[in-house]
Amino acid sequence: MYDFAYQKPGSLADAVKLLAADAEAKVLAGGQTFIPVLKQRLNKPSAVVDLAGLGLSGITVTANALTIGATTTHATVARSAEVKKAIPGLALLASWIGDNQVRHRGTIGGSLANNDPSACYPAAALALGATIKTNKRAIKADDFFQGMFTTALEPDEIITAVEFPLPVAKSAYEKFRQPASRYALVGVFVAKGPEGVRVAVTGAGQGGVFRVPEMEAALAKNWSPEAVAGIKISPEGLNGDIHGSAAYRAHLISVMARRAVAAAG
Amino acid sequence: MGFEGIGAAVKRREDGRFLVGRGHYVDDMNRPGQLHAYIRRSDRPHARIKGIDISAAAAAPGVVAVYTGADLVADGIGGLPCGWQIHSKDGSPMAEPPHPVLAVDKVRHVGDPIAVVIAETRSQAKDAAELLAIDFADLPGVADLRAAAAPGAPLVHDEVAGNVCYDWHIGDKAAVDAAFAIAKHVVKLDLVNNRLIPNAMEPRAALGECDVAGHYTLSTTSQNPHVIRLLMGAFVLHIPEHKLRVIAPDVGGGFGSKIYHYAEEAIVTWAAGKLKRPVKWTAERSESFMSDAHGRDHVSHAEMALDAEGHFLALRVSTLANMGAYLSTFAPSVPTYLYATLLAGVYKTPAIYAEVKAIFTNTVPVDAYRGAGRPEAAFLLERLVDVIAHDTGIDRVALRRKNFIPADAFPYQTPVALQYDSGDYVTTLEAAMKAADWAGFPARRQAAVARGKLRGIGMSTYLEACGIAPSHIAGALGARAGLYEVANIRIHPTGSVTVFTGSHSHGQGHETTFAQLVVDQLGVPLDQVEIVHGDTGEIPFGMGTYGSRSLAVGGSAMVKAMDKIIAKGKRIAAHLMEASVADIEFKDGAFRVAGTDKSKALAEISLAAYIPHNYPIEELEPGLEETAFYDPKNFTYPGGCHVCEVEIDPETGVTQVVNFVAVDDVGRVINPMIVEGQVQGGVAQGIGQALLEAAAYDANGQLLSGSFMDYTMPRADNLPNITVGTESTLCTHNPLGSKGCGEVGAIGSPPAVINAVVDALKEYGVRHLDMPATPEKIWSIIQANRPKMAAE
Repeated sequence: MYDFAYQKPGSLADAVKLLAADAEAKVLAGGQTFIPVLKQRLNKPSAVVDLAGLGLSGITVTANALTIGATTTHATVARSAEVKKAIPGLALLASWIGDNQVRHRGTIGGSLANNDPSACYPAAALALGATIKTNKRAIKADDFFQGMFTTALEPDEIITAVEFPLPVAKSAYEKFRQPASRYALVGVFVAKGPEGVRVAVTGAGQGGVFRVPEMEAALAKNWSPEAVAGIKISPEGLNGDIHGSAAYRAHLISVMARRAVAAAG
Repeated sequence: MGFEGIGAAVKRREDGRFLVGRGHYVDDMNRPGQLHAYIRRSDRPHARIKGIDISAAAAAPGVVAVYTGADLVADGIGGLPCGWQIHSKDGSPMAEPPHPVLAVDKVRHVGDPIAVVIAETRSQAKDAAELLAIDFADLPGVADLRAAAAPGAPLVHDEVAGNVCYDWHIGDKAAVDAAFAIAKHVVKLDLVNNRLIPNAMEPRAALGECDVAGHYTLSTTSQNPHVIRLLMGAFVLHIPEHKLRVIAPDVGGGFGSKIYHYAEEAIVTWAAGKLKRPVKWTAERSESFMSDAHGRDHVSHAEMALDAEGHFLALRVSTLANMGAYLSTFAPSVPTYLYATLLAGVYKTPAIYAEVKAIFTNTVPVDAYRGAGRPEAAFLLERLVDVIAHDTGIDRVALRRKNFIPADAFPYQTPVALQYDSGDYVTTLEAAMKAADWAGFPARRQAAVARGKLRGIGMSTYLEACGIAPSHIAGALGARAGLYEVANIRIHPTGSVTVFTGSHSHGQGHETTFAQLVVDQLGVPLDQVEIVHGDTGEIPFGMGTYGSRSLAVGGSAMVKAMDKIIAKGKRIAAHLMEASVADIEFKDGAFRVAGTDKSKALAEISLAAYIPHNYPIEELEPGLEETAFYDPKNFTYPGGCHVCEVEIDPETGVTQVVNFVAVDDVGRVINPMIVEGQVQGGVAQGIGQALLEAAAYDANGQLLSGSFMDYTMPRADNLPNITVGTESTLCTHNPLGSKGCGEVGAIGSPPAVINAVVDALKEYGVRHLDMPATPEKIWSIIQANRPKMAAE
């Protein structure tokens, strides 16, 4: 990696100040994507602002929301009794990210801010109608994801927490793993909650995570695996690479959606 | 102390240091004043280098030197040599274009080294390497074999017409043509053997040193340090061998990829001499993907002629083999003498004719990789046999039995040069079928169908050849190296033993297996035996480890050296016990006078040998140390039967291997635990080739699978429990009777897996599919054939 200044601010305000003062500064959360990117010299930040000391970790539940702090690790979410009870699909999704080491370093805020088109968390945030809270504002998931590796975040904006509205009646995630990286070749999150019935797909779209309105309408009428089984997805706008063509990904969306609905019960 | 000799499942003695992180690898070595090299490589498949401006790099902080290909040429440094010469059908020698250490004028593959920056730290060298201004003029490239062999393809080397390295053949074409003319059936098959990237756990590394007296030391991740010393010293750097020491310490896996002499070894050694400071280079993983020799990459057409009963009459094979951009050290031998000579397999096919065209492409050089030619032959044959069964309706097991070379036919001369010494293919077949419960498969298939899964079972009855030899025959076939092995055995005055072997262990467990040979032959406890390997400053000139040769060839050299020790010991014992040499027996570590209770332990004999106060000094030299070179009379021929059972999810095309049985004939087994480990690892690699691994290039030669994000290595959850058994016949021509076990797993398993996948898909009309059998490939087949099935 290239040399950079390492900053570990003690408060959110200091962190924001560092980012505002330096357009080339970058945020470090769990670093499970960012550090490999630095090691491959694909990014050359002037400074790296580490969020580890800001106290942004933790899980709280109220009657209306499950709130997960931005630097809460995947492992913490995966094993949280509160998450398992409130949104079992979310705990399952977290348990399938990366490997054990990655799950103990990687964070929900880091995953959402990076918006890797094959990452798992964006599918959950979109399907559950989450709100992404930052130092400046609250952003609805529908407005947050703006294409591959692109989000609504401004340069000096830091995710502080992710709020999932409760109660969630149904939630499940099914992932078809890209065989080499084990990222989602196709991941489908299905949910029925305060934001309605939603189906969100990651891994497949050229523009990153997206919803499937036909499936949502069908499930709203009849929440059953059969309701989505017959819905064919167009390969147009989907990714194709050495691991799977757009047509194959389109097919897998139907299969994963049906299996997710079945798993949600 | 329990039983530690031949046949004991002794735990590997070397694993203690590996498991606690105390192995000693090249990258662990650091020398005072050491510099670091970083290699700037081509990121384009094919381009002319119009100019290189090194000024900014040379002026960067910490930089001590920047060298390009022109600097090496100016210093008289030669290109990397090729160790095997093939002659084409017309008698002409193969095209052997220059293989510069650093590219001169042109780059020919992604990863081709262009320049080296040497700096005080590794990151300074890397930073400066980015400042090299290289003026490229891109040229059209070609990566695909068929495209490179087609008329009008871009030329990788301007002077090599048609990109053809050689156009070689073996066998009796007229006999094959005659058999085809009278055949009742002819079955044809086109198939691809996919290109693999080895990915040893330890990336390659090299550390060059030169002392004030001009003595060079290269520490390198090599499977054969003496071969590197010879090739680099004599052909590249022109350093006399007495002034060049090559050390290959603990090496973390090779699988063939660390046999070859690589550019980086020459660069650090040469630069250390220039700069009079140690120079170290360690590959980053992404460099391993684009600079370690790749494996396989064949496109073949095969045809079998059969009589009405399904007896094989003749086999005709035509293969294109990818050499990559340059000839790696032993590349030309792989698709010829390690492949086409294996096309008889376990079958008594009376006539065989094979043509092999080796082709240059804009890809990383291809060379031997675990199995080296034999997996390609086994895949072709064992797929072809299943396709014959498919096309003729003969049961695939019955077809194999009908055509097996019978157990009483050995020695058996094949029509493609090899003479098999021993084997019993029916026994391994039956043992594997029993262990896999072949007979119970229909019930398991039915149960799978009820769960919505497709289930298939497949087998391969493969054969391979290990311990390539003898030297004079190999030489006649083009080898530019000897293929013997050497052992020096030193009995110390108090009776402990050090073995200096020319074999090299990079995961095989020689420190255990070889010590067990000493326990067996000399009756010395295991903890009194030390195995030394890997340092040309310590060991005699040996050939190293590849081709599953270490035990069959290196172990045999040890036996010969121990025979000499025992013979000398008997003469010393006869003197000490005032008996005739003819009356001395050696057993369980003691020399006895036959028919008496007089005996002397080995330690008493060795003490007398080194403190020769009471010693037959007039007729015998002091000391107890012997060296033996062993040049085998023939290859060894391991073989066996692998059975694979798979389940396929028809919705996604995902294949899960649900059962795998390997029953191999590896000859005499010294350590069954190590043999099982070798077979397990080989099968894992074979399943990887069959289902997961593919080095992907675009048409132009850009590497698409250049990291573990895109190159699918097998993981634990891709693998079933693997049942390993052995049913041995002994090798008849080496003193141990051992055949070798390092590659059988990787050779026997790919066709067994694909035969099982094809069996699972038989309702969809599938006759063949190429590796890797990825989910999308299988899904596409199912999609394409679904309407047909519905219509029926």
